[in-house]
Amino acid sequence: MMKAITLRNALAAIVVLGLILVPVYAAMIGNNFILSMATRIVILAIAATSLNLIMGYGGMVSFGHAAYLGIGGYVVGILAFEGIPSGFIQWPVALVVSALFALVIGALSLRTRGVYFIMITLAFAQMIYYVGVSLSRYGADDGLTIQRRSQFADLVNLNNKTVFYYICLACLLASVFLVWRLVNSRFGMVVQGARSNDVRMRAIGFPTYRYKLVCFVIAGTMGGLAGVLLANHTDFISPAVMHWTRSGDLIVMVVLGGMGALFGPVIGTVAFLALEEALPFVMSKTIDPYFIASGMRPSEYWQIILGPLLLMVVLFARGGIDGLLARIDRKKPA
Amino acid sequence: MTLFIEQCLNGLQFGLLLFLLAAGLTLVFGIMDLVNLAHGSLYMMGAYFAATFTAMTGSYLGGIAIAVVATLVLGMALEVIAMRRLYGRDHLDHVLGTFGLILFFNELVRLVWGPGGMNLTLPSWLNVSVELLPGMQYSMYRLSIIIVALAVAFGLYLVVMRTRIGMLIRAGASNREMIGALGINIKLLYTFVFGVGAALAGLAGMVQAAILTAQIGMGENILILAFVVIIIGGIGSIRGAFIASIFAGLVDTVGRAVIPDMLKLVLSPSAASTAGPAISSMLIYLLMALVLVVRPAGLFPAPGQR
Repeated sequence: MMKAITLRNALAAIVVLGLILVPVYAAMIGNNFILSMATRIVILAIAATSLNLIMGYGGMVSFGHAAYLGIGGYVVGILAFEGIPSGFIQWPVALVVSALFALVIGALSLRTRGVYFIMITLAFAQMIYYVGVSLSRYGADDGLTIQRRSQFADLVNLNNKTVFYYICLACLLASVFLVWRLVNSRFGMVVQGARSNDVRMRAIGFPTYRYKLVCFVIAGTMGGLAGVLLANHTDFISPAVMHWTRSGDLIVMVVLGGMGALFGPVIGTVAFLALEEALPFVMSKTIDPYFIASGMRPSEYWQIILGPLLLMVVLFARGGIDGLLARIDRKKPA
Repeated sequence: MTLFIEQCLNGLQFGLLLFLLAAGLTLVFGIMDLVNLAHGSLYMMGAYFAATFTAMTGSYLGGIAIAVVATLVLGMALEVIAMRRLYGRDHLDHVLGTFGLILFFNELVRLVWGPGGMNLTLPSWLNVSVELLPGMQYSMYRLSIIIVALAVAFGLYLVVMRTRIGMLIRAGASNREMIGALGINIKLLYTFVFGVGAALAGLAGMVQAAILTAQIGMGENILILAFVVIIIGGIGSIRGAFIASIFAGLVDTVGRAVIPDMLKLVLSPSAASTAGPAISSMLIYLLMALVLVVRPAGLFPAPGQR
């Protein structure tokens, strides 16, 4: 039988608890940077969670998921620029637009499979990227500064960093909950069945194309939500958010954490972004002293460690962090 | 009219450059079933090698020759150390692993050559223009790119279609397991193919470095175009990659030249100048999406990849 207390569950619980306590810790040591970084982690974790829904459970490897971050962000940015700062309008419009884009992209992309699917989603993301680059009214390449965050009358004030953080966290937990409900529903079973054997699912009478498309649209909408939050967080939106390397980052986060595991993407996002911050710091403490004489600071070149580290994860830790923990769990005597 | 011909030549040159990158990529993809995002890094390494070795030897051709060999060796080493362990894995693992390699190579270049770019100066005999048609000047360098790339393409054709090793490569693209079972040293073949692909990518990088500069991350955007090309052409097919490269190069370059003018006919000048660059940048991706929607496995899929 499944044990309740396993390393996997423990880590998920620790991560969630940690995320809940971040503002308390930040207030205690009076460090706003930690809160800002945690907000970024939480927002990207939403995007990673949505990518996990189609990639991990549905087997649809989208290499253009960052496009939805951009779409959600640009809707907020453009509406604010045109004098509509109300979040009651901005947010629903952003979600609907993201969903519409996902519908069109999905409807065409799902005609292909495997590597071709990876590449066609990338192609659509690139097209949207170039649209962003060409929006000269909205800053084109340089991006668009958002003067005011989404206004919710007197309901909530997004300018309060702690309030905004908890809103993001609530969105993340809601997203994870939604994915959990989805994958355990009849709908989710069909999608997962289609990942394992599409032909067989169709043979027993499921129109898998439609199921997968709906799944793709849901994930795109969630990605749009992450974009809305990201734009509000940085007060800025630019095409750089949609660059294909950002889509690559999202894939890395999902695979690093554990594909097809509920909390995998959250753990992966935390691990990836924390690594980006921690690696230069650790290197500056450990390796740099040996190089003082040469005047070099190896910690500036931390990616030279990060790159091979990712390769190591692929080679030796299949299934990411979650897979690693699951293997340790299984080894322990029951 | 001369402008149009010149744009077509530029498009042809860009397409052939894409082909140099795409040829290696499509072979590695078709034979080893490896999605190699780090192919763009090899392109970048080639450019930096060339800039270094030409400065070192003082001879342009000598530097290029050494740099091609250097990228060949680098590619083979990379295959033995890292890529070999990725075969047979999920495509996603390839994406993650080779993404890590991109980070590594970008940082390595920054460490060794510094954050600024590097220029590759052309010798004076290449840095001239020739009169192709009466009244039409064309850069000697671009013309020589076209000639060299066509020669490389022809050489590849001869190797792939007319030699024993080419036969093995084609067999590998159709059915990987079978040629292993027939007693071919598949490991050696893989290392060789990867090395040649790397050298071609490096060559493309060197060629481009003289037009632009050698920069960190220079391989990332063009890599995506190379992927587009091999998808349009059909994975594993050199012929497909060749036709798709030239097609894509022409569409991209000529589109950039023609579309803004065409839009001016139907839109206001300001709207046309905004939409023009966007539409022409999108054109190549639009082309790919169209091809995939109509023919989900590309135009000329290799026999085993259908």
